[in-house]
Amino acid sequence: MSPDNCCGGAAHQTAFSGWIQAIKMLGFGNFEAWISATDGNRMAPYAIELTGINKSFGPVHANKNINLAVHKGTIHGIIGENGAGKSTLMSILYGFYQADSGQIEVDGKPVTINTPNDAIAMGIGMVHQHFMLVENFTVLENVMLGAEGAQLISGSITKARQELKHLEEEYALQVDTDAIIEELPVGLQQRVEILKALYRGAEILILDEPTGVLTPAEADHLFRILEQLKEQGKTIVLITHKLREIMAVTDNVSVMRQGEMVATRKTSETSVEELAELMVGRRVLLRVEKGEAKPGDVKLSVENLTVKDSRGVVMVDNVSFDVRAGEIVGIAGVAGNGQSQMIEAIAGIRRAETGRVLLDGEPIGVTGEADPFMLRKRGMAHVPEDRHHMGLVLQFEENENSILGYHGDDEYVNGPMLDIDGIRSDAREKIEKYDIRPPNCRLKTANFSGGNQQKIVLAREMEQDPTVLIVGQPTRGVDVGAIEFIHKRIIEMRDAGKAVLLVSVELDEIRSLADRILVMFAGRVVGERGPDATEGELGLLMAGVEGEPTKEAAE
Amino acid sequence: MGIFETLILILDSTVRLAIPLMFAALAGLYSERSGIFDIGLEGKMLAAAFAGAAAAAVYGSAWIGLFFAIVVSTFLALVHGFASITHRGNQIVSGVAINFIAAGTTIILGQAWFRQGGRTPALSAEGSRFTAIELPFAEAVRDVPVLGLVYSELISGHSILVYLAFAAVPFTWWVLFRTRFGLRLRAVGENPGAVDTAGISVTWLRYRAVMCTGILCGFAGAYLAVAQNAGFVKDMTAGKGFIALAALIFAKWKPVPVMFACLLFGFLDAVAIRFAGIDIGLFEVPPQFMQSLPYILTVVLLAGFIGKAIPPKAGGQPYVKER
Repeated sequence: MSPDNCCGGAAHQTAFSGWIQAIKMLGFGNFEAWISATDGNRMAPYAIELTGINKSFGPVHANKNINLAVHKGTIHGIIGENGAGKSTLMSILYGFYQADSGQIEVDGKPVTINTPNDAIAMGIGMVHQHFMLVENFTVLENVMLGAEGAQLISGSITKARQELKHLEEEYALQVDTDAIIEELPVGLQQRVEILKALYRGAEILILDEPTGVLTPAEADHLFRILEQLKEQGKTIVLITHKLREIMAVTDNVSVMRQGEMVATRKTSETSVEELAELMVGRRVLLRVEKGEAKPGDVKLSVENLTVKDSRGVVMVDNVSFDVRAGEIVGIAGVAGNGQSQMIEAIAGIRRAETGRVLLDGEPIGVTGEADPFMLRKRGMAHVPEDRHHMGLVLQFEENENSILGYHGDDEYVNGPMLDIDGIRSDAREKIEKYDIRPPNCRLKTANFSGGNQQKIVLAREMEQDPTVLIVGQPTRGVDVGAIEFIHKRIIEMRDAGKAVLLVSVELDEIRSLADRILVMFAGRVVGERGPDATEGELGLLMAGVEGEPTKEAAE
Repeated sequence: MGIFETLILILDSTVRLAIPLMFAALAGLYSERSGIFDIGLEGKMLAAAFAGAAAAAVYGSAWIGLFFAIVVSTFLALVHGFASITHRGNQIVSGVAINFIAAGTTIILGQAWFRQGGRTPALSAEGSRFTAIELPFAEAVRDVPVLGLVYSELISGHSILVYLAFAAVPFTWWVLFRTRFGLRLRAVGENPGAVDTAGISVTWLRYRAVMCTGILCGFAGAYLAVAQNAGFVKDMTAGKGFIALAALIFAKWKPVPVMFACLLFGFLDAVAIRFAGIDIGLFEVPPQFMQSLPYILTVVLLAGFIGKAIPPKAGGQPYVKER
């Protein structure tokens, strides 16, 4: 590309306020023609072009010589496992970090982005994975924050209100501007994040794992919004680890693995299998292979369970179900609909208000004396949802975590002392069997990756040979390779005749593992379906819409 | 003296006693709203009182005293900022350290400079103290029933700092809820990430907040040593910084309720002074009990009579950019 081309692009790109943008749109065709006349090699200008980006955090080389080109007016997906460097790369683009080396071009013009302000001025907007919203502010205040204009905010409020109304109409992003953020559902909160970016004149929108917190229906709605933004000429970069989303919505896709950009494909010319292989670096089985379930006796029985949270709000409302030996019962639902409180109550961590839970036919005193230590002894193993806060002590060595909760068992003690050698050799066996990497039982647990940490918890609970296994979010924050392994182990537990209760917000996971699916909404079980239930059907139940789904409602 | 006159006198001393609390609580409000807990209000106030009294004594001017009070208090506020914003230290530890430094330094410097056992010289010269301002017609309307006394005793006859303290309440409200700075200040105390990603410097915003705290603590200290009293006495803040903190929590970090909370604490103090040893027929209530009343009330109120006080969500946590 020639230098004078860059300068020409610069003149065009200084435009960011609304009316200048309108002029630009009018002149857009000419601009295109002019570009191709001056530079015959290029089809259209890239919205973003990254060349040779490197970034290290201490010894960790998070981005290695990354090249990426995003066409204007397209949706470009970036996939990769956790820790592949996707978020780091986007943080560099948004000015959160500075690259150690490499070049960034926005609309063909080389730029330096030192702060988020620079990025905003260049028309780059970001929707963060964890929303950057002030929860007790109104929608309007959140949108205004940092873009207020004058020192006094009364004028800005009026201006922002008008501008928001305009944006809402243009992009069908309806939201009550005076609502308090914490009272809005997450789907709407995300919409506020998008509005924030658009309000600042974003032409390029980066979305970091946007669907993690959404129901399938909300995710579909988000994709429709993205399509609409694309039609209006915006460029969208979508970061995700969910292959299905990439296939559904993107035009092009780039794959990252271990800090490197390993491939870029046209979405229409690739497949889920190819992308998964590129991500992991080897062939992955995406479908879990499993045989027929052979359910036996009822091992876990929950009867009219009601649980309140610490604020006294009823989170689990009169829930009853059974789990039989040799079957996996999946609890689906959007996070925060009582699943967490329910499994905590069953596992004896949280006291229930009313109801009974029977383990192997014997009540466990779920409203009173239930105690996780006794429950473990009686054969109930629990893999908590949040491994960092409940499953592991991150500061401990791996071998210490691998006996946590069973540390009083005969095999680990020597009179009043811990049998250190026994514990370590036991830990080494588990490391071997569960392929925990790095295979070092003396390493601090915090230094293992998410997937390996999860395997430490699973190994600890599964190797106790429980009759009932409760698993919460087994693959949250776990990469594709480890997911495959974990799923296989859960199926093996079932085939070994264990009763498995699986709670997950990942609908795909529930559908591929569970033999029966219960959907929770607002603390109640609103439906039971077989493993062949469609995603639309389950999605409706998860959103609290009961009854038989119709075709249009399933959208 | 009738009940009405007594009441007016108690309310009058309520106002006087509430002023340092109001300055200090509003000072804490700026800092805590920005997410920096400040347990060092007490120390800043004490250091400001000393600096104000010393400067007023040396230069013979109350205004120069106020100026030095503000400078010293702001300096200590910046030290707190440096520890807790720039170096992400523990805000409680830093605040406690400032309290200790102020308690020790004021006595040592006072003895070294003035040799009066840690006191500063009494401010007797003309203009070296903030004196009472007689509002217009205060004497003329004194004999008008009820309102005359209210105007001449309660409203008129305070020093300029008293009026400034009351003006600072609506001003703080206006800053917090009507200006860009206020919007950002409230935001940074709730979610600094939102502020950072919006392209605003969290560090600079929080530094400005602690500077506001320093300035207002300077006023509080100057009021104690240069207006209410005529000079500095060691430990003269006597826990007022902590009471102010209690009032701030009691008022749920809102400016106007802060004023009422401080007036309530001031009122209790005034009652305790007025009725130090009151005979209630059966026995004499010991003066110590009356004096401890404000503190007992603080404990009772904070123990849960105020409903849930939700502090700014990011309070006490240093801001670290996440990956």
